[in-house]
Amino acid sequence: MYTQSLEELKKSCKDVRGDIVRMTAAAGSGHPGGSLSAVELMTALYFNVMNHRPQEVAWPERDRFILSKGHVCPVLYSVMARSGYFSVEELLTLRTLGSKLQGHPSSKLLPGVEVSSGSLGQGLSIANGLALSARLNKKGFRIYCLLGDGELQEGQVWEAVMTAAHYKLDQVCALVDYNNLQIDGTVEAVMGVAPLVEKWQSFNWHTIQIDGHDLSQVLAAYEEAKQTKGKPSVIIATTVKGKGCSFMENVAGWHGKSCNEKELQIALDDIYGKGN
Amino acid sequence: MSIKMLPNRDGYGHGLIELGATNSEVVVLDADLAKSTRSDWFADKFPERFFDLGIAEQDMLGTAAGLSLGGKIPFATTYGVFVTGRAWDQIRTTICYSELNVKIAGAHGGISVGPDGATHQALEDIALMRVLPHMQVMVPCDAVEAKKATIAAASVKGPCYLRFAREATPVFTEERDFFEIGKANVLKEGMDVTIIACGPIVYEALLANEQLAAMGISARVINMHTIKPLDEAVVLQAAEETKAIVTAEEHQVAGGLGSAVSEVLVKNKPVPVEMIGIQDTFGESGTPEELAVKYHLVANDIVLAAQKVLARKSK
Repeated sequence: MYTQSLEELKKSCKDVRGDIVRMTAAAGSGHPGGSLSAVELMTALYFNVMNHRPQEVAWPERDRFILSKGHVCPVLYSVMARSGYFSVEELLTLRTLGSKLQGHPSSKLLPGVEVSSGSLGQGLSIANGLALSARLNKKGFRIYCLLGDGELQEGQVWEAVMTAAHYKLDQVCALVDYNNLQIDGTVEAVMGVAPLVEKWQSFNWHTIQIDGHDLSQVLAAYEEAKQTKGKPSVIIATTVKGKGCSFMENVAGWHGKSCNEKELQIALDDIYGKGN
Repeated sequence: MSIKMLPNRDGYGHGLIELGATNSEVVVLDADLAKSTRSDWFADKFPERFFDLGIAEQDMLGTAAGLSLGGKIPFATTYGVFVTGRAWDQIRTTICYSELNVKIAGAHGGISVGPDGATHQALEDIALMRVLPHMQVMVPCDAVEAKKATIAAASVKGPCYLRFAREATPVFTEERDFFEIGKANVLKEGMDVTIIACGPIVYEALLANEQLAAMGISARVINMHTIKPLDEAVVLQAAEETKAIVTAEEHQVAGGLGSAVSEVLVKNKPVPVEMIGIQDTFGESGTPEELAVKYHLVANDIVLAAQKVLARKSK
């Protein structure tokens, strides 16, 4: 599989950010904030880290990705389109009648999405089940699962955290997009989840703490997780919600709201530089 | 004549053992109730294919979903009240919306759970599962049928819910009896009234048939072991030929078998219906026998319902 250089990845991240604001603006709704915070994690994963074949979605050996925080499907759709699962033009059909790109991802409608999601807290359990199936079938694929920090308030997440450690599922790599914002405010104000690293460690996970917008750190974290045997790994990525768009950064209100025409222009200028 | 008595959850255990030997993709999960649900029978023989998730039903259903994505045929097992209630959203959004091949087994269905009381008596599980798109729902009537239903569930694609009972109940079907998902079994022919039942209460329907016969009333008895997809043809034929129907189930009358049958009838062939079941209330502690009498789930209640529906029919 071709992997991108750091410079190429940086450019890809800009395109993915551009896709996110454009497709949610076209839809008139959607979740740009938490999509933008996960751009580096997702771009590196789909372009460099995961072993997958966009032209052969059912390839049994493929690494799996489970989007537990289903509402940030704009970032998933963008990296899928740009790695060849479907056309980039199709991104603009997001959330419209008849589109494969549902408001929250549907595995029945969009090949390449492993499982439908949108009700929070469920993805890590699914990742664990896939890991157990791989163990029984003697398959070596890895399973990545993206969770939001607010999502960690769901009790099922911690059930699954226990299960992965109990069964020593080292093929499982959880990604926490730690942007510290949720709909009603900061995560710590709404229902605190800190200290995250200590929590996951005490549940017998290998923890890797990074700046989630530093691609070198992101790539190194994926590699460290891959090398970790005997226990599951979690990458706790400190991020900025709305990253890349000046007026969205660290504003909870941009969790589930799309840009109007004027805002979209500012957003694209922020992402690509004015005049580009 | 004494009849053999077995809990129909034993049929589940036997079905799992047979599946374990014949289908290497079958895996079994439980949530700390493996002895009680009989999933431990499978665990003893196939330990590498058995996963205890602890007391965490939501995680168990999600893990089962992941196993099915990996090509396995998981049977996620615990008490019916927990598996369908506690994990309903997981079943809805992850399993049914994605149309995953997950089999869900709910032991301890119905009020006959007895002394454990209302918290452990699944009385809403059929309704909760029946409403979900893609879900198939089976309620076997005895241990022999429970084994067949378990094996049949593994042979069809997509999510299935299987409901079992705790108490030993009469075993009145035989290995050689025909069983197919979605095809009801007519156990007694009759032309005056039809009793449609599911689960162990089918035996009470057979007893009611005898009592009614002694009164000169010819009652058809249908074992509706599959609630979804419902055998509409057999329901409509019964409506056409007997023009009066009694449904019987160990479940809330709202949303269960009675509702499913009535939905077919009102759209196609409205005839009077009386429903035996739990009448919008919770259960309580007691012996299964005491509870069956108190909640009007015995043969005599079915006879009274048949007489009532016959009176309505003749108006």
